[in-house]
Amino acid sequence: MPKKTYRQAINEALRQEMERDPRVILMGEDVAGGMGSPGEDDAWGGPLGVTKGLMPRFGRERVLDTPISESAFIGAAVGAAATGLRPVAELMFVDFFGVCFDQIFNQAAKFRYMFGGKAVTPVVIRTMYGAGFRAASQHSQCLYPIFTHIPGLKVALPSNAYEAKGLLIQAIRDDDPVIFFEHKAMYDEEAEVPDEPYAIPFGEANVTREGDDVTVIAMGRMVNFANQVADKLAKEKIGVTVVDIRTTSPLDRETILETAAETGRVVVVDESHPRCSMATDIAALVAQERFADLKAPVKMVTAPHAPVPFSPALEDLYIPSPAKIEAAVREVLAFQG
Amino acid sequence: MQLSRDQLLHAYRQMRTIRAFEDRVHEEFSAGNIPGFVHLYAGEEASAVGFCMHLEDRDHIASTHRGHGHCIAKGCDVGAMMAEIFGKKEGLCGGKGGSMHIADLEKGMMGANGIVGGGPPLICGAALTAKTLGTGGVAIAFVGDGGSNQGTTLESYNLAKVWNLPAIFVIEDNGYAESTASSWSVAGSQVGRAAGFGMPGYEVDGHDFFAVHAVAREVIERARNGGGPSLVHVKFARYYGHFEGDAMTYRGKDEVPRLMAERDCIDLFRRRVTEAALLEPSELDAIDREVAELIDRATAEAKAAPMPSEADLLTDVYVSYH
Ligand SMILES: Cc1ncc(C[n+]2csc(CCOP(=O)(O)OP(=O)(O)O)c2C)c(N)n1
Repeated sequence: MPKKTYRQAINEALRQEMERDPRVILMGEDVAGGMGSPGEDDAWGGPLGVTKGLMPRFGRERVLDTPISESAFIGAAVGAAATGLRPVAELMFVDFFGVCFDQIFNQAAKFRYMFGGKAVTPVVIRTMYGAGFRAASQHSQCLYPIFTHIPGLKVALPSNAYEAKGLLIQAIRDDDPVIFFEHKAMYDEEAEVPDEPYAIPFGEANVTREGDDVTVIAMGRMVNFANQVADKLAKEKIGVTVVDIRTTSPLDRETILETAAETGRVVVVDESHPRCSMATDIAALVAQERFADLKAPVKMVTAPHAPVPFSPALEDLYIPSPAKIEAAVREVLAFQG
Repeated sequence: MQLSRDQLLHAYRQMRTIRAFEDRVHEEFSAGNIPGFVHLYAGEEASAVGFCMHLEDRDHIASTHRGHGHCIAKGCDVGAMMAEIFGKKEGLCGGKGGSMHIADLEKGMMGANGIVGGGPPLICGAALTAKTLGTGGVAIAFVGDGGSNQGTTLESYNLAKVWNLPAIFVIEDNGYAESTASSWSVAGSQVGRAAGFGMPGYEVDGHDFFAVHAVAREVIERARNGGGPSLVHVKFARYYGHFEGDAMTYRGKDEVPRLMAERDCIDLFRRRVTEAALLEPSELDAIDREVAELIDRATAEAKAAPMPSEADLLTDVYVSYH
């Protein structure tokens, strides 16, 4: 199977869905680039080149550069979705959601319910998240727990290139608003990705490693870190199951609870802040539903309750690292009730 | 009004310091010594200096992601700025902010900003403080052409006007927001927008320090005297990419070299003051040398300075923890 980067996988998913369905359009700041400029057209393809080549293929009518007016264009994507298009809007960094959140959580998320089941709002908002880029406090956050908190939004966090293509195609075909989180540190990571289109259903977790001793539940980039830890500990004959939840909303409760009960020792890894996070959400779920099966308290590995620092020396300490995950696994393993 | 010799020397030193600072950051970034997102202000110096020369510490400014020039013009310590950009503990923000978040509140510098359109509402607040406490201070938001399209910016015009705040909006139009031309992205005109909100609006050649300085004096005086907000549309060019690493393929072939050769704000200033015999070339050369030494020292010290440590990671999230 061909190897592709996370960036290429996302680009391919967009291209194939735009070929399949003329109602799919893209919009965002410099998603093509060069609008009105004297030099090259399609000069950017987004700040990290993820959408490059799509404007020349589909034209400016379907790949729309926008002014820096997130409230207006994210809202326009929502309105267009509610009236017959299937827009994929790029919110460059998820940190910018503060500028346009009303259109997402009060409008897109609630139409279906408030309007008595009559509305369909198939909008996708692609957005970059995550630390590790030395991008400081306003360009490094995770924030997916905030979107997960809102009924009516679906939230996907692809953990590699294969997942990215399949989950994005599902997001575009899905009739609900989907927030699609792309980790900025993963765009150059490669995986085997089929050329043909495929959709990965939402709410179905993926068990990426199987072991008998500890269950690690993770999402997004943290799945890779958890896999590394599982592979390392396998050499010591410590069996680690790793669950990639893929979507935080809907959440695959069954797989989480089953794999938690199998080992009775659970670590949840979440790159976001610890309070009101996916880590607390999943830990509470397991504690509430599988208390009798637990052999140790559920352990959470998260970023601290602090903004993301700029200095590399601090940011490296900030991120939930494989070493921190390994220490947590050893801790739950060593726990004797 | 003629500028005094001291003022002219000060203006030149400030613009030269910004240019030398940015050129050095560019070099260090290219060599892989500076992490993160860095946006340089080279080519735009006349705006920051032309406005900030009229300000005191009681006056506030809010900057953008392209903030180094505003910081220097408002009096931030150059060594501490450089250390911040290198992520060092002695940096102006302890290494926690970096290039996009340099701030020095004691100097009235309310921060560079990672959020486009983040500044204008903040300066409405600073202007409200000045008005309420009767400090006599004014507040200026520097905003890019791209940032001029943000809802927060347009809402701030309205608020500043209806509250009659001592606020000034400086639209720094360097022709582009990332790769998008301002000629495309801005509907109507900046001055027309000001008129729509009942504010005086001005358009000024940002390559011409003296033109900026004169307009700045007028709008700042108006604000100080209770005359309310104004908008100034400054037109010029940036020399480097949107951020460091941007190949600038969207720009015209000779656009930047031509601008540098013909419309450079520092060259134009030099020519004007020497031709009018207001300053001697040798005086300006001496400033160039002093500035170069300052930047060398700042860079060497920033490089040698220690990184923050684990003990710093969780400090200053709150003022108090109970
Ligand atoms: C709310 C928000 N949207 C988008 C961005 C990404 N971004 C950073 S700078 C920039 C372009 C800004 O252009 P302009 O305001 O003209 O300032 P310039 O870079 O030209 O100085 C964009 C889109 C951001 N930082 N914040």
